Amino acid sequence: MSAIRVSNLVKKFGDFTAVNGISFEVEAGEIFAFLGPNGAGKTTTIKMLTTILNPTSGKMELDGLDPTTHRNQARQSFGIVFQDPSLDGEQTAWENMELHGILYKVPRKVRAERTERLLKLFELWERRNDYVKLFSGGMKRRLEIARGFLHTPKILFLDEPTLGLDPQTRNQLWSHVKHVNETERVTVFLTTHYMDEADRVAHRIAIIDHGNIVAQGTSDSLKQQTNTDSLEHAFLALTGSTIRDEGATSTDQLRQVAKMWGNRR
Amino acid sequence: MSAIYILWLRELKRYIRSKAQIVASLGQPLLYLLVLGFGLGPIFQKSGNGSYLQFVAPGVISMSILFTSVFSGIAMLWDRQFGFLKETLVAPVPRIQIMIGRTLGGATVAVIQGLLIMTVCLIAGFRPYNLAMLPVVFLFMMLIAVVFAALGTAFGSILEDMQGFQLIMNFMVLPIFFLSGALFPLNNLPKVLSVITKFDPLTYGVDALRGTLIGSWHFAFGLDLLLLGLIGTAFLGLGGYLFSRIQL
Repeated sequence: MSAIRVSNLVKKFGDFTAVNGISFEVEAGEIFAFLGPNGAGKTTTIKMLTTILNPTSGKMELDGLDPTTHRNQARQSFGIVFQDPSLDGEQTAWENMELHGILYKVPRKVRAERTERLLKLFELWERRNDYVKLFSGGMKRRLEIARGFLHTPKILFLDEPTLGLDPQTRNQLWSHVKHVNETERVTVFLTTHYMDEADRVAHRIAIIDHGNIVAQGTSDSLKQQTNTDSLEHAFLALTGSTIRDEGATSTDQLRQVAKMWGNRR
Repeated sequence: MSAIYILWLRELKRYIRSKAQIVASLGQPLLYLLVLGFGLGPIFQKSGNGSYLQFVAPGVISMSILFTSVFSGIAMLWDRQFGFLKETLVAPVPRIQIMIGRTLGGATVAVIQGLLIMTVCLIAGFRPYNLAMLPVVFLFMMLIAVVFAALGTAFGSILEDMQGFQLIMNFMVLPIFFLSGALFPLNNLPKVLSVITKFDPLTYGVDALRGTLIGSWHFAFGLDLLLLGLIGTAFLGLGGYLFSRIQL
């Protein structure tokens, strides 16, 4: 059975078409990745699937339910980690988990047990009584993901969960996510613009560019389709461009600044 | 219900944890109370209206409730900015419950703030005419708080950033305060001003507090109660509607 089913989904903002009639299915228990540059329509798709943005047209199903008509039932079935933080910095890690558990109607006893288990798994147990505003970026991310798992969702959405994290933290994070995916059979839908992550973590990948899905399949099948030996080359062959990373590194920025000043002299 | 409770509790926790904010928010009402209370006092007395401190204290209490409750609603902008709003918007809870929890939380904080100011007034020499009325005073304080916390939530739902904040402050909150009769008596006003004050919800709140605290009514107990109740219900409805339509 499919955990997520999307057909001909469209989102327009005025004249601009952010998502241009995409269709895909995600199997239950699978890790599925949306790979594409910034502005490709990844986040817009997640927002529509998670009931915070209304689609212009098209059909969606989450665990058999239409999120536009069965909002609250659909919301119960998924967890989400947004691209930007969504924690309450003025409360402790424990309180953030508690609030989430209550909103999702997790019984008190289960709430306490799962909070402890997840905080330990994501290595935050020692810091559970500290205010979240004191946490580092990586810790906040781990807490958000732990929180997303708290109400035992059937589907977990991860929107660029590793953006801005160092490689070591990224690896750690993925191993936790994989662990929960395997032990709790949670379907994971993630978006990323890191090729290596999609390659390593996802069972299947959809390549999205300018609001269209240009190809989908396993990493190997994408390479075969394009006769290339790496996902990066496959991506290039399919979209005609390398991934545009708007969040340029600091060296790039320095180079840019140097160039600018150089020209003025 | 538990969703309403936990969001109400969150507002309260945030209030109690921000000690600096509590102290800061006492400053402005205190200034009005002391400067106007003692500054305008002699003139007020000479014109035969009795003690200005007695007169203005209910107005200053209303003011602190007004400001605190409207800002609690607009504080939603921070939750939008720091992302926490999203967490509540994807929760499997009807949005109206989220809105009610937040609004009641903000209203509770505003009432606490009002009680703090009332204590300050008592210390400054303010004397209620009948202590037995205090429960009714409390009821009216809650009504005022709900009216304006709901209004704040309505604004918080349509504003997307802090740009509109000054606009609301200058063209909404301050006029509501100054036109409510918090600082001056409503009798013998010029015709136009008198009509305008009748459209200000806070007018009835100030009147109710003044009536229950010092026993002087411009309107009447029943009218104030009815109007505040109706306006509160209407604003809760409006705020709930606007909140449930938020898209991110």
